[in-house]
Amino acid sequence: MNRIVQFFHKTVSPEYFYWLSGKLIPWFIGIFVVVLAFGVWGAFTAPTDYQQGESYRIIFVHVPAAYMSMLIYVCMAVAGFIGLVWHIKLAEITAVASAPIGAAFTALALATGSLWGKPMWGTYWVWDARLTSELILLFLYIGVIALYNAIDDHRKAARAVAILALVGVVNIPIIHFSVEWWSTLHQPATLSKLDQPSMHPDMLRPLLIMIVACTIYFPGILFMRIRAMLLRQERRSRWVARLLGEEGT
Amino acid sequence: MSFSEFLYMGGYGFYVWSSWGLFFLVVFGNLIYTQSFYRRTLRETRNFLKRSRNKS
Amino acid sequence: MRPARKQRLWMAAFIVAGVAVAAALTMTAFQKNLLFFFSPSDVMAGEAPENQSFRLGGLVTAGSLKHLEDGLTVEFIVTDFGHSITVRYSGILPDLFREGQGVVTQGQLGADGIFAADEVLAKHDETYMPPEVADALERSGHPIDEDKSQ
Repeated sequence: MNRIVQFFHKTVSPEYFYWLSGKLIPWFIGIFVVVLAFGVWGAFTAPTDYQQGESYRIIFVHVPAAYMSMLIYVCMAVAGFIGLVWHIKLAEITAVASAPIGAAFTALALATGSLWGKPMWGTYWVWDARLTSELILLFLYIGVIALYNAIDDHRKAARAVAILALVGVVNIPIIHFSVEWWSTLHQPATLSKLDQPSMHPDMLRPLLIMIVACTIYFPGILFMRIRAMLLRQERRSRWVARLLGEEGT
Repeated sequence: MSFSEFLYMGGYGFYVWSSWGLFFLVVFGNLIYTQSFYRRTLRETRNFLKRSRNKS
Repeated sequence: MRPARKQRLWMAAFIVAGVAVAAALTMTAFQKNLLFFFSPSDVMAGEAPENQSFRLGGLVTAGSLKHLEDGLTVEFIVTDFGHSITVRYSGILPDLFREGQGVVTQGQLGADGIFAADEVLAKHDETYMPPEVADALERSGHPIDEDKSQ
């Protein structure tokens, strides 16, 4: 038990994490690019849909983006929670660094959904429960980023951000179940019942590959952000001086 | 399927290609931006350390 | 766990629980407003607002689509298999508008019982399959449109 605790403390120490993530990032990004290539190939070789024709190919970017928008929010809230309770610096930074990535995926989910809605539903936007709750998710991300930038002290800012992230977590089940709880224009989830998917296997496969690709992408880009933030916040610490001193000569 | 047919996407070319374009823009744009953010921070941190060394 | 940490843990748990309860209460209170459309049965039960624009949603009854003489106006029946309402609409129908498919229309219910729509949106379900598979299902007597009422 003691060894696990020791290992944990070592991993979350900024110096060790900076080194470790530097080694891991190329792997995450490299594997992401390979998996993405398979996903793109599959997305455009998948058969045409019987109702929506070729326009359904937007699903291969829309669903992964929407999935990531919620996954990243949950990661941000969990990291914020750990930072809030245990005051672990790395957890605080992880929460803050997740926000812009999540915001980008949320905006992407909204934009691609809009581009899909126009030809199929007949409108770019409606105020139904699913679309509105996803838009609120974007505002939550923007709120987190704005709040962090509004407070000068990094650690105080991280704690304020964690509280906002925790408050907003209630929106995640609302987004997910909105299509079941209320009548919406948006259709129910395609992937919620994996035992009996409502999508043909030849279409489902590339969709799942795209989701896996995005899930591998996330730690890659997240660690890149965390490393930059660690350097800036820890620039007075000895490990940064040692690291850059050795590098600089 | 010919190439122009592929681009046409059964009449939905605009919607399909702008969606995919946005996806690649966000995913790879974010990578490029974050890498440059990291490089900039590295440079700034080096300058900071140099300044504080000169002061002391 | 140290007391200070324990206290912070409780505080965080309290925030999440408190917000969840508040959200649940709010959503129950505004349940009606969160509905995007009313079904024909809701309308017949008098739940839809009167003399006011609202959204009516359901399935387009197969074989009910009629083009009126002016060439622009269409009429079709929206059903939820309990009740049906005739909808009249002048304008361009979305690509996915089909008989047997879901539709959400915005407009007003006239005194003649006809719903005058000024917007028609197509609602599709979460089923995706190649046309050949759909045809095969149809032939084998498992029409896919059977039980997708929403």
